[in-house]
Amino acid sequence: MVPLAYYLLLSGILFVCGVLGFLIKRNIITIFMSIELMLNGVNLSFVAFAAHWHALSGQVFVFFVMVVAAAEAAVGLAIIIAVYRTRETLNVDQVNLLKL
Amino acid sequence: MLHLILFLFFGAICVAGAINLLVQSHPINSALSLIVVMASLAAEYLLLGAEFVAAVQVIVYAGAIMVLFVITIMLLNAGAEERTKGSRVAILIGIPGVVIGAVLVAWTLIGRSSTTQSVSIGALWGDPKSIARLLFRDFLLPFEVTSVLILIAIMGAVVLASRPKAVARGARKDA
Repeated sequence: MVPLAYYLLLSGILFVCGVLGFLIKRNIITIFMSIELMLNGVNLSFVAFAAHWHALSGQVFVFFVMVVAAAEAAVGLAIIIAVYRTRETLNVDQVNLLKL
Repeated sequence: MLHLILFLFFGAICVAGAINLLVQSHPINSALSLIVVMASLAAEYLLLGAEFVAAVQVIVYAGAIMVLFVITIMLLNAGAEERTKGSRVAILIGIPGVVIGAVLVAWTLIGRSSTTQSVSIGALWGDPKSIARLLFRDFLLPFEVTSVLILIAIMGAVVLASRPKAVARGARKDA
């Protein structure tokens, strides 16, 4: 028997790792991957609660989160490509102007 | 007992991958460790009886989304990132703050003695059939709306990643 708290702790650890990566990383692609890590942490707690309360709708929510993450990845990576094309860098410290 | 061992095993892989994502300085290494995190999360989902979610996790997340990431890293020829020094105040206040917050959350969660009814691996109940019934009956409208969302995302990605008009025209003149 695995207590629900263990799953929630794992989910929290993953989320905090995502937040840390978002804050300390300087590469825009790695920052984007940290966002995916946060989404994964939230998904784990969704599934854990779904199993806890025997409510399948939690798993359907995870499905929707994955759909949104896929859409976000497609648009976000396109934005990264556009940023790289105009600025020739992936370092967020050097991306500090909205309009060149 | 077996459940607990499997949970701890895959949980340890998961946390190790997440920390490796933070430590590595080259984005391709971070992407590969993120794939490890997602694969071991799929195993955790199987332990929770969510077999459909586990399969989708591997196919969509570890497959499709991470392939997008890896292709972008290779396309942009991303190198190792330069580290910038953080402020000392952030370290002095941040690390104790994180430790205190983590202890509080863990204490609150473990203090409540609620256990999930763990599902034995043979008798899974998050099977595709019941999920599909829920998805196409109760959640039909959100499901249809996500198709519009995906369509908009595809068009947005194509528009954003396509070359600016002036550059494209210039390239055509050169050719």
